[in-house]
Amino acid sequence: MSSTREAERPSPDALLREAAREGRGRLKVFLGAAPGVGKTYEMLTDGLARRKAGIDVVIGAVETHGRAETEALVDGYEIVPRREIDHQGRKLPEMDIDAILARRPRLALVDELAHSNAPGSRHPKRYQDVEELLAAGIDVYSTINIQHLESLNDVVASFTKVRVRETVPDRVLENAEMEVVDIPPDELIERLKEGKVYVPHEATRALSHFFSKSNLSALRELALRRAAQAVDAQMLDYLRAHALAGTWAGGERIVVAVSELPGSEGLVRAAKRLSDALRAPWTALYIETPRAARFGGAERQQVAAVLQLAAQLGANVASVPATRVIDGLTDYAREARATQLVVGKSTRSRWFELRHGSVVDRLVRGTPGVAVHVLPLAESTEKPRLKPSASAGSGAWGRPLGYLFSLLMVAGVTGLGISIYALENLTNLALLYLIPVMAAATLYGLRTGIATGLLSALAYNFFFLPPLHTFTISDPSNIVTALMLLAVAVVTSQLAARVRLQADLAQRSAGQNAALAGFARQLTGLIDAEELGRTLCGEAGRLLDVEAVFLLPGEQGLALAAAVPPENKLDAIDMAAAGWAFDHCQPAGRGSETLTASDWLFQPLVVGKRALAIFGIARELDDPIRSDQLPLLLSLLDQAALALERIALEAEMAKVSQLKERDRLRAALLSSVSHDLRTPLTTILGSVAELRRAGAADEALVASIETEAQRLNRFVANLLDMARVEAGALKLALEPVDLTDAATTAVHDLKQALAGHPIRLEVSPDLPLVRLDPQLFHHILINLLDNAGKYAEPDSPITIAAQRRPDGLTLSVLDEGPGLPPGEEMRVFETFTRLEGSDRKGGTGLGLAIVKGFAEAMGLAVAAATRDAPRGACFSLLFPERLLVRGNEAA
Amino acid sequence: MNPLAHKVLVADDEGPIRRLIRIALERGGYRVVEAATAREALNAIAIDRPDLVLLDLGLPDRDGLEIIPQLKKAGAAVIVVSARETTEPKVAALDLGADDYVTKPFDTEEVLARIRAALRRRLSEETPSPVVEVGDVVIDLGLRQVRRAGEEVHLTPREYAFVAELARHPGRVLTHAHLLRAVWGLGHESDVEYLRVAARAVRRKLEVDPSAPVLIRNEPGVGYRLMAG
Repeated sequence: MSSTREAERPSPDALLREAAREGRGRLKVFLGAAPGVGKTYEMLTDGLARRKAGIDVVIGAVETHGRAETEALVDGYEIVPRREIDHQGRKLPEMDIDAILARRPRLALVDELAHSNAPGSRHPKRYQDVEELLAAGIDVYSTINIQHLESLNDVVASFTKVRVRETVPDRVLENAEMEVVDIPPDELIERLKEGKVYVPHEATRALSHFFSKSNLSALRELALRRAAQAVDAQMLDYLRAHALAGTWAGGERIVVAVSELPGSEGLVRAAKRLSDALRAPWTALYIETPRAARFGGAERQQVAAVLQLAAQLGANVASVPATRVIDGLTDYAREARATQLVVGKSTRSRWFELRHGSVVDRLVRGTPGVAVHVLPLAESTEKPRLKPSASAGSGAWGRPLGYLFSLLMVAGVTGLGISIYALENLTNLALLYLIPVMAAATLYGLRTGIATGLLSALAYNFFFLPPLHTFTISDPSNIVTALMLLAVAVVTSQLAARVRLQADLAQRSAGQNAALAGFARQLTGLIDAEELGRTLCGEAGRLLDVEAVFLLPGEQGLALAAAVPPENKLDAIDMAAAGWAFDHCQPAGRGSETLTASDWLFQPLVVGKRALAIFGIARELDDPIRSDQLPLLLSLLDQAALALERIALEAEMAKVSQLKERDRLRAALLSSVSHDLRTPLTTILGSVAELRRAGAADEALVASIETEAQRLNRFVANLLDMARVEAGALKLALEPVDLTDAATTAVHDLKQALAGHPIRLEVSPDLPLVRLDPQLFHHILINLLDNAGKYAEPDSPITIAAQRRPDGLTLSVLDEGPGLPPGEEMRVFETFTRLEGSDRKGGTGLGLAIVKGFAEAMGLAVAAATRDAPRGACFSLLFPERLLVRGNEAA
Repeated sequence: MNPLAHKVLVADDEGPIRRLIRIALERGGYRVVEAATAREALNAIAIDRPDLVLLDLGLPDRDGLEIIPQLKKAGAAVIVVSARETTEPKVAALDLGADDYVTKPFDTEEVLARIRAALRRRLSEETPSPVVEVGDVVIDLGLRQVRRAGEEVHLTPREYAFVAELARHPGRVLTHAHLLRAVWGLGHESDVEYLRVAARAVRRKLEVDPSAPVLIRNEPGVGYRLMAG
């Protein structure tokens, strides 16, 4: 049966998209391959032309980056002032969307579509602002660089090695008019050298690489291709909306037809290879014939698995109802403007082909201009085919009510006929019987229609054809009449069935679109992942009529975050399947290819190549999902995954700012404590010194006040240092340090405390410099010397010795005293550890812990040991090779 | 009180500290003016015209660093008092023109010594002396010559430039950035290893015991000073 007429009927989806554009503003995007091609300039010029034409144009947001030519253009415009958004004490100027909406211009210029708004703005992204403007009926001109397009982000990052975080979903540009602002790479590089390209400060490092000629050429190609694609998509919509037939030039498009037959996976993979080779988008198409309604579990599972595989491999997945596979295929191929069609050919018997004719032949005839690839369906993998389940009987044979209805109709018509016949002898009363036949075929389908046709023929024959009241037919022309009634039944029921299918399709896809749109709206408002899980479970459960669970990764692996119904629990097998799905970013569980022992089908929510969460569905006593529901499920999951990523990013941002705040508080606390404790100590110490000089009090008392105050001062200093170490708040200011310098300075500063101990300096002035924080290193030496001074025998020498070693440098402080308890040498570096019997020496037990903390912060290792001859303690600092500064020839 | 004595402005928000410093300064023969805030300090600069300001960086109304240029412009020497051990504010203060710094808790005797040195330098910088003597080392800026115990010491041009720059500001801490700019020129402000190497070489030639230097002192993380006087 030819379907050309009906295929040319406008596709409802396309009409809806067209209709949605009415009353909406139009978006024009100036697309560039790289920064600096002149998008903003082009946009402003274009806008000025519109303004001259009398159109009300304002600037919503334009970044001139201080370029004079661009700024000169801006002067010609009315500018809607930006709004200052207060973010952590900084004022960030953002586009004032409310002001623009209130101003209601015909056209607004909004630069940099990919811009992220400051936290606290209405929308996190500028393109959302733009969408709101468009929805309000305001036309928008905007600009974007190709690498900010979501779908190309990966591709661009793969060769430029620069990944941009601000991306714009492709759907935003779906209906946009696109203008490529294109200049040759050489010219762009020239402009860059002349400083005409604005580059954010932090990007200068990556710049030289990014602006290489090969990169720019590749980016340019991407931009041009994307613009061409946009034109294609819009052309497709136009074609669909206006049902123009005929072949239009465009890119390659691949459609692979899959079925419940084993071997479809091979077709899908072949199509994927073809798609890779042609760099063309591809679609896995399942034609849902009425036969599919009688499928058993195994077939459904097979179809679902094949479609899932295709989705994983990057195909669009479509499931289209049609009465016959061949019709669905040709219609879809035409509508999607496929250029390559991949189908499988089962190795059926020759007899079957003679009877039914070759599907492939008809396909080739039905899709002119399309390359048809026919692949054998792999015989070896063929599983025993399951007979269609017998349970579908009532559906196939029609409802009993239908038969009753047709019986009554035929009886009524016969009654009517008899009364007319009684009045006048009319011969074409047969036409009356068309009414019940058509009615039955339309309402109840083919079988009921044919039954009615038979019944009508019999009734007509019995009541109206001579010889009357017998089933004998004498006139051959009356045989034709009876046959005609049957034919009408067949044709009408076929037509009616098709209309019903089309209506179903339209209704279903409208329903799906509405469901998806509703879901998307719900998602935008969500701020935490569990809420998202509950929404997803609720929506998917309702739309697909399944039980649902939602799992999020936690510290101990995946954990149930939401479930519908809420009392759902997962057992160990389920959790294993969910875990696998999460780790491999592939579906697992019942109805998939992995861990099918689970009652649940687990689908990962994937963004990029990473799973963010797991969504599981199950159905009582049946497979979790029907093949025709799979596209809807995948769409829901895609949307949920994006929303989840948004939520995660928001949470991350909040966490970062929280951490920053905590660091700020810690620093503030440390500095205020050091101020508040030091100030009174300064006064006490200074006053005591003055008292002593004045000789106004008991010398011994003054001396003890002074000693104790100094001890307190050291204690405070140590506490603060320890607090810095433990808070991890050490900020290193590294510079090359001369060890001789550092040692002599430390000795000088500690002269008083070391009085009586001669200091031996065995540090060769030829040692390399060491990259250290001089302040922290000074503290280390002071603490080590102080410690040595405390434990060394009176008047014994303290030695500072440094040696070059193959793997770096060591610096040791050696005293002559009791040494360290054997086996506990390293314990001296622990906080509040004091060696036995050392209490009388005074000290906080923090000094060496600080040495260790500071040293490790700078990458040094510490060691402590007892030496003999002369006996004493030896504290060593080990400077690894990488800290040494070579090339001291500078002077 | 001697009306010709030097006048010192003590700018610190802590009353006890101001009192303590006043006692020490008056003992040392100085006239003292006090200020508790940056605003008061700036007023005092205009009215009392002190010779030197002892400036606490942690003033309540403004960051002490901000007012250093104004104090210098009024002709006062500035010694910065910092309660924190970190070097950044000290380096910043020195780069803004401060003459010296002390860290709390400080010894009042030390403060007096620094004040004396700063005031003396203020006089000598008005009439720069071409010859600076430190111990037995003589740095003759006019002849571009360095002598130790009467004998000329051979220095490379860079080493001489390093010593000369220190000698032009005897007793004052010169920050790494300052020295690198003066000796190696603009653009070398962070090449601290140049300085380390030069200091090492100069010490070997000028110090009696290079491992116990007395001429050129290192201030960790800040800079160098020539121990004059």
